[in-house]
Amino acid sequence: MTPAESESEKKVGARTYSYYPGCSLHSTGAEFDVSARLVCQKLGIDLRELEDWICCGASAAHSTDHLMSLALPAHTLKLAEAKGLPLAVPCAMCFSRLRFTLHEIKDKNTLDLVNRAIGTELGEPVAVESMLQVLADESISLPITKPLNDLKVACYYGCLLARPPEVVGIDDAENPQIMDRLMERLGAETIDWGLKTSCCGAGVAFPRLDIVLKLSHRILSLAQRSGADCIAVACPMCQANLDMYQKDMTAKFKQKTELPVLYFTQLMGLALGLSPKELLLDKHFTDPLPVLREKEPT
Amino acid sequence: MSQQIAISLKPDNQFLSFVQSHTGESITACYQCGKCSAGCPTAYTMDITPRRIMRGIQLGLKDELLDSSAIWLCVSCQTCSLRCPREIDIAKVIESLRQLSISEGRRPAQKDIAILYSAFMQQVRFFGRIYEAGFGLMYNLRSLHIFNNMLRLPSLFSRGKLKLKPVRKGASEVKQIAARVKELERKKG
Repeated sequence: MTPAESESEKKVGARTYSYYPGCSLHSTGAEFDVSARLVCQKLGIDLRELEDWICCGASAAHSTDHLMSLALPAHTLKLAEAKGLPLAVPCAMCFSRLRFTLHEIKDKNTLDLVNRAIGTELGEPVAVESMLQVLADESISLPITKPLNDLKVACYYGCLLARPPEVVGIDDAENPQIMDRLMERLGAETIDWGLKTSCCGAGVAFPRLDIVLKLSHRILSLAQRSGADCIAVACPMCQANLDMYQKDMTAKFKQKTELPVLYFTQLMGLALGLSPKELLLDKHFTDPLPVLREKEPT
Repeated sequence: MSQQIAISLKPDNQFLSFVQSHTGESITACYQCGKCSAGCPTAYTMDITPRRIMRGIQLGLKDELLDSSAIWLCVSCQTCSLRCPREIDIAKVIESLRQLSISEGRRPAQKDIAILYSAFMQQVRFFGRIYEAGFGLMYNLRSLHIFNNMLRLPSLFSRGKLKLKPVRKGASEVKQIAARVKELERKKG
C-alpha cells in the first residue's frame, strides 16, 4: 500500500460510500460502472468496492425462492455493515433487491430466518442508496464545463427505481422527477412523456424476446415521437433491452427505431468534461455520438 | 390470448386461506375493479389476467392458477401492486403462486422462463456471481434453443460486454447459504 492509499483508507469524508457494482456492471453494463466511478471521482465522492460481494439473486431468486432472495442480498448487507459506510448501488435490480431485503427484515420472524440462512446476525441496517439518489443530491455542486445545451433527454426510470415507493424511496412513483432535475442541472432539456416508469420487458429476453421487443419498442417509439434526442437510464437491464434490439424492432414493427440510450452517469460525465471515449460511449449499439456532436456548442 | 376457465366453486377453500396466510395479503378484499390487468405490461399475452387470478384464488381454483402461463409471464414490475385501490400486493401474490407451483413440482406452462431462472440460480451457486456468457450458454443448452442469440455474440464480445473468463467469488458462501435455506424450508414444510 502506498502512503497515499493508506491515507485515503483513513480519511472517511462525508461523501464516502461502500460500492456494490453487481454482476451486470462487470460485464454487459460496464459503461455504467466506469461512468459512475469517473463522475464520482470528479465530484469528490469516494467509492470503495466491497471485495467479496455476491450476486443479489435478481429476478431468478425472488421468482423461485423467497428466502433465498432475501439471504443473498443479506450476505452483501453484512459485508457492508462491517465497513460502517452507506452503500451506493448503481444497478436498479441490485438496489431493489437490497432495499426489499431491508424492508422485509423489519419483521422479526423474517430477520430471524434470514440470519439463520446467512449464518450470522445482521446488526444496524445499512443505508442503501441508488447511484441516482447519490448523484441527484442537490447539495453536490456540479463543476460543469460542457453543458448539455439543447439536448432533449427522455428520462426513463423503469420499474425498479420507482416501485414500490415505500421500499425504494422515490419522489413520485408514477411521474418521478429526480433524474429530470439532474439532467436539467446539466443544461439539458427534459421531455415530458408518459412511459417513464413503464416496464421494458425485464429479464425475459432469452425465452420471450417478443415481449421485450413489444414493450421496449413502445417506450422507444413514444420517446422518439416526443422529440427526444436520447433516453437516459439508470438500469443495466433497461439499457440492454432498449439499446440492443433496436434493429430487430425496426424489422419487426416496420418503423425505424433508432434512439441512443445512455446511462445518466454518461451524460453527467460529458457535462463534467469527460471524453466520450473514457465514458465508453462507443460501446452502445445505437451510436450516440452523431446526435451529441450535433448539439455540441460551437 | 385469453381463454375461458371453467368455474367450479369449492366450498372448502383451503387454497384461499393458504395464499392469504402465506403472503399476508387480503385476497378477499379484491372487488374486481381490473386496474391491475389494465396496467399490466404482459397481460396481453397471459392466459389468466391479474384480475382473474385474484378472482380465481377467491374461488379456490388452485390447479387452473398453478398450471397457468400467467404466473410465469408476470415480470414483477409491481405496477398492479402500486395501483391497487384495495392495497393488495398483487405482484407478491402472483410470485407466491409461482413459488408454490415450483415447490409442488408442477410442469411450468412457460418452460423456457422456468429454465431461465433455474439456469441463473445455477450460475450463482457455481460462481457466486453471474458469468453472463456461461449463463447464456447454459440457458441455450437446457432449453434446447442452442443457437439462441448466437448471431449477437460477435457484437457483444467486440464491445467487451461479454467476457471469456468467468470470475469466481463467494461461490462457497452462496453454496452454504443455499444449503441452509433448503434446510430451513424443509423444516418449515
